[in-house]
Amino acid sequence: MSFSWTRVGAILQKELRDYRRNRFVIYTMSFLPLLFIAAPMVQIFTINVATTSAKFDAHIGLSLLYMLILPAIVPSVLSAYSVVGEREQGTLEPILTTPIHSDEFLVAKALAAFLPTLAVSYVIFGIFLGAVAAFAHPGVAAVIFERNHLLVQLLFTPLVAGWSIWAGIAISTRMSDVRAAQQLTVLASLPPVAIVALMNFNVITPSLGLTLGLAGALLLIDGLAWRFVAALFDRERLVTGRR
Amino acid sequence: MTSELDDSHRQPRSDAEPDAALVVEHLTKRFGERVAFEDVSFEVGYGEVFGFLGPNGAGKTTTVRTLGTLITPTSGSATIAGIPLSAESGPSIRGRISIMPESPGLFIRLSVAENLECFAGLYELRDVRDRVDRALRAVNLSDRANDICGSLSKGLRQRVALARALLSDPKILFLDEPTSGLDPVATRDVHDLLVTMRERGVTIFLTTHRLEEAEKLCHRVAILNTTLRLIGRPDELREQLFSRSLVVRTGSPLDAPGRVFNGLSNVEGWDLSPSGSYVLNVTDPDAAAPGIARALVSANADILSIAESHHSLEDVYLELVDEGVEAKKR
Repeated sequence: MSFSWTRVGAILQKELRDYRRNRFVIYTMSFLPLLFIAAPMVQIFTINVATTSAKFDAHIGLSLLYMLILPAIVPSVLSAYSVVGEREQGTLEPILTTPIHSDEFLVAKALAAFLPTLAVSYVIFGIFLGAVAAFAHPGVAAVIFERNHLLVQLLFTPLVAGWSIWAGIAISTRMSDVRAAQQLTVLASLPPVAIVALMNFNVITPSLGLTLGLAGALLLIDGLAWRFVAALFDRERLVTGRR
Repeated sequence: MTSELDDSHRQPRSDAEPDAALVVEHLTKRFGERVAFEDVSFEVGYGEVFGFLGPNGAGKTTTVRTLGTLITPTSGSATIAGIPLSAESGPSIRGRISIMPESPGLFIRLSVAENLECFAGLYELRDVRDRVDRALRAVNLSDRANDICGSLSKGLRQRVALARALLSDPKILFLDEPTSGLDPVATRDVHDLLVTMRERGVTIFLTTHRLEEAEKLCHRVAILNTTLRLIGRPDELREQLFSRSLVVRTGSPLDAPGRVFNGLSNVEGWDLSPSGSYVLNVTDPDAAAPGIARALVSANADILSIAESHHSLEDVYLELVDEGVEAKKR
């Protein structure tokens, strides 16, 4: 039996229906973005354009960094729940008794965290850009709208989310407690954000080549992480709790 | 729906038939040093309802999970719905069977129909709406299709799980303790559904420790206590395990029961039960009864009744499980 997008779609649709009726998910998807848009706005609107170049860069960098913490944090909560949550509710075994392949299950779970994260992150970034264009000092807006900054945000949002999701699912396949899995996943989702932070703070000059190179590296890491998670996914251990 | 079973229209297929739904040979599963089940061999024919009995920890659920390709066996082989069990054949086998685990495992924030639609997708079924409607009709839940599963009673959830298991028209339906934790009314509903399925010729592998359930529903039963202890039709098992006997009740104790019963034709021995009745082991109850009656009349006994004793499947089960406990003690 080959990889089936129908089966992926079945799990994905189930997840999205479940999110809509799950208060915890709704709160996570609505309050976290509000928090992460408020903080950079404060940064941007309180910048003194006459300040030193280093301080100016720090303000801009911090505000943009918030935009990339969002795609790291939001999916971590969902992906950490993805396997251990199903186990706790007793819904994992019925799913695994169907013809679904491990890869299909994992891709469905990853997409279920990825798609809403991408939507929320880009919408929030769009709102942020709109606010900057409308209300920020023209000097600040010019820096924010620099091509390399926009590229970093647009490219790294899905890549950071991808890392966070695979880290979350990996932890979720090995843990037996949802809360512990979520706490660990939040920590595990942060390393890629550190690289982006270096670029946003101009510690690493975000040239086009460097940005694309790092994005390519992170894409490769995301791909390897997927295969690593697939290798970790052990039906027998998940069903019986031992091997 | 009727709860009475009529076995006459079909018989379990013989072991020699090649088209058995399930062929299990010397299957063993160990978790490290712990043996879950060992050297288990049996066959289940298409259309047969096969009961898999055993005490807690006997290995019933692990056997189902192994046959359902969720667990890799340590040794032995199995052919499930015509496909040999192997690491590669898992998805193909799972496409032909259905397993209803002990816990219904429904998505509680989704409606009944949404739960079934998800599983229809996992089986890549066409005409999803039609399949869902049929499955719900089969378990009499058509009017609850839009109810959220979290709002359903335990019995109704079990019925939804059964509908889910029927969705793909499986060649073999594995039911793991389907009435566990249900009240008598919900249990009766599930039994009625299983009887209906049995009459439709669905092959069912039923694990249970409710013996009356197995006796009522199953063509054949196997008793597992880590190893397979016995397999056969419930009446065969009773005959295999217990000698036939007549129970004689008298108005007052006999003065010399040995003189009355010893030497009677077809009587192999006798014993006084704690209730005060005499239990006679006989080769043929019909042939022995007249001679026993004459002997009692000659001894001036006040005969209240002479009746053949009946052993239930529970007696068989307890006998075997007790044997297992004694063996472990030794």
